[in-house]
Amino acid sequence: MELAYSDDQIRFREEVRSWITEALPPHIKTKAENGQNFEQSEVMEWHKILHQKGWVAPNWPDEVGGPGWDVTERSIFQEECVRANTPGLSPFGLSMVGPLLIQYGSPEQKERFLPKILAGEEVWCQGYSEPNAGSDLANLQLRADKDGDDYILNGQKTWTTYAQYADWIFVLCRTSGEGKKQEGITFLLADINNTEGIDVKPFLTTGGTYAFSETWFKDARVPQANRVGPEGGGWTMAKALLGHERTGIGGIADSARGLKRAKQIAQQTQVGSSTLFDDANFRNRIARKEMRLRNIEILNLRQLAAAQLGHAPGAESSVLKIVGTELQQETDELCMDAMGQNALGWLDSPDEALPPNQQAVASQFNYNRAATIYGGSNEIQKNIIAKQMLRMPGA
Amino acid sequence: MNFDLTEEQQMIVDQASKFVSNESPVERFRRLRDTDQGWEPEMWAKMAEQGWLAIAVPEEQGGFGGTFLDMSLILEQLGRGLVPEPVIASAVLAGGILSDIGTEAQREAFLDPMIEGSTSLAFAYAETQSRYALGDCKTTAAKDGEGWKISGEKVWVLNGHAADQIIVAARTGGGQFDDEGLSLFVVDGDAAGLERVRVAQMDGQRSAILRFSDVSVGADRLLGREGAARATIELAVDRGAAAACAEGFGCAQELFERTVAYLKEREQFGVPIGSFQALQHKVVDMYAELELLRSATILSSVQVDVEDEETRKAEISAAKMQLTESGWFIQENAIQLFGGIGVTDEQDEGLFFKRLRALQGLFGDSDWHVDRFQGLKSFDAVD
Repeated sequence: MELAYSDDQIRFREEVRSWITEALPPHIKTKAENGQNFEQSEVMEWHKILHQKGWVAPNWPDEVGGPGWDVTERSIFQEECVRANTPGLSPFGLSMVGPLLIQYGSPEQKERFLPKILAGEEVWCQGYSEPNAGSDLANLQLRADKDGDDYILNGQKTWTTYAQYADWIFVLCRTSGEGKKQEGITFLLADINNTEGIDVKPFLTTGGTYAFSETWFKDARVPQANRVGPEGGGWTMAKALLGHERTGIGGIADSARGLKRAKQIAQQTQVGSSTLFDDANFRNRIARKEMRLRNIEILNLRQLAAAQLGHAPGAESSVLKIVGTELQQETDELCMDAMGQNALGWLDSPDEALPPNQQAVASQFNYNRAATIYGGSNEIQKNIIAKQMLRMPGA
Repeated sequence: MNFDLTEEQQMIVDQASKFVSNESPVERFRRLRDTDQGWEPEMWAKMAEQGWLAIAVPEEQGGFGGTFLDMSLILEQLGRGLVPEPVIASAVLAGGILSDIGTEAQREAFLDPMIEGSTSLAFAYAETQSRYALGDCKTTAAKDGEGWKISGEKVWVLNGHAADQIIVAARTGGGQFDDEGLSLFVVDGDAAGLERVRVAQMDGQRSAILRFSDVSVGADRLLGREGAARATIELAVDRGAAAACAEGFGCAQELFERTVAYLKEREQFGVPIGSFQALQHKVVDMYAELELLRSATILSSVQVDVEDEETRKAEISAAKMQLTESGWFIQENAIQLFGGIGVTDEQDEGLFFKRLRALQGLFGDSDWHVDRFQGLKSFDAVD
């Protein structure tokens, strides 16, 4: 067991830190310092800078464009990104469909898709949930009927986060209504921009931003060559993909940012002759969360280290998802509480009413209620643990 | 970064686990909790034979030169059997101090016999008024010729009722609350002027109130530099906290595993109660907290001996807080899920519940550790 950093790792941290400081464009840095929501164009700008450096896909093997880092280096890199509050990259290509293609894609699919994911030339989104297939995902009904070399897709996906920015969508479709629900599902890749009959309509979220969308398919043709895994193998693909989602799922980076923000706000909030950060009660509230985060970080590192040793991902990531996203929401609540009456403010409140670094807090506080819902609601995660880890009767 | 146990560490775990099931299952603790001493010298000697009392002592001091993690792995197994021998009081606290600041002669006289299992030790630092404050000390040691005369009262001294020697914190200078002026002395358990009052603890273990009335000790009984013991005391208490995490994690695992088994076996409404989703989700929450506590225990056992004091304090406090937060969630729900029989003395779950609660209140409770954590310089840094 070894938790201490070696000299090489300490040097690596310094290298990452100084590179980020130099590489972050000034307009992104200003927003980062104020914790403001980034525009999609800014996220992609940072994506491309990271790509040029070769650091955009920390989890990918180096032969397909990863930086060749081990678990510790990846965790150091993540910590430094949090520290600098860099834009969070879209996970759908880099952390989800990319690793799935590396594992299960055909050579042609790898060659076609992986370089463009890395370069940020093609942005991805996820088509899983439907209006009647949320927690009961296997009930999905989006039809894919074979026609020549194509599938013809008809139906609707929902919660297709950032579909409005996406060039491609990976979808779970129904190719058969026979047998077990799970066995009639197929995993397809669809070109949103160049396929007739795919329509995207974003929802305005309670955070005042457009995040998830509805996506409709009307006689949309998808070549069979864009199927990943066998027909009817979509459920297996979906499960394999979940295993790759591990690092981000606990919202650990978000919690760390949230706590930093809460401290900054408390420091700038005058209470009588001192600040809120001098208030013992408030300090202790922040401290409790920070201490819990430390233990959740170790939980995450344990899972990463196990994954690096090739242990198959199990229901442990469900534990991380539950405790991590609960803490993430609690850190948002701390920021809101730190603001006091300033928490009345909104994204477009003027600087004189609301300091710039507080303007996005209420937006994020509202939007992040989704954290315990997306990626499989926390209640579904509990069902998974009850069944897979604890083998509870009838679960 | 590597969280895997080495082959040697895995051997330690297997050995300790076998020892507990063969030599000291919970029934043994049940028998001993009604006795005066509460533990047995014969078992202590057997534990010494296993090398456990010397495991974290450096090789040049006659130990095995292991790490605190090795000790932690053993304590976790001892927690699963509620083994009452004073490993924390004697090996972790007192043994740690002797190893840190004892002279060769002092180690020979007090540490060597303890790690051989022929004596046991205790560390007396808390006082009635001090709660968890480590600098709050009214007990005094006054110069008396070459030696010292110690007067004062210590409370909740683990193994204080049975220890052959007691390391006692006493003031050789400064006021009641000063960090400066604290010194450590080794006092014999049967010293003239030392009154020992045995106290039965809530968890069925024993400790003592120790009253010192002009207890004379020679100059050779002063440990380390006069007046400079504050940092040593805090390190010892941090080791105690890490040890409490390890033993408490063992208790929490027992409670969790027993609860899961019970939910599968107990039937109501014609089905196992574990088939009810409300109870499944509760036990999953317990599992999540258990995994967090496992992480905290790893963190504390690896970081307790880290050189940088600020880092050590931050990590130990984070872990010890988790022992209370996660441990409490597990224990309260374990009893709830067992229902009425969870509140009977004949079930073992209540014994684990009590031991876990006792450990949560030792070496700084959750509030104390949160308070120490927020007082560290690193907490104010937000760059």
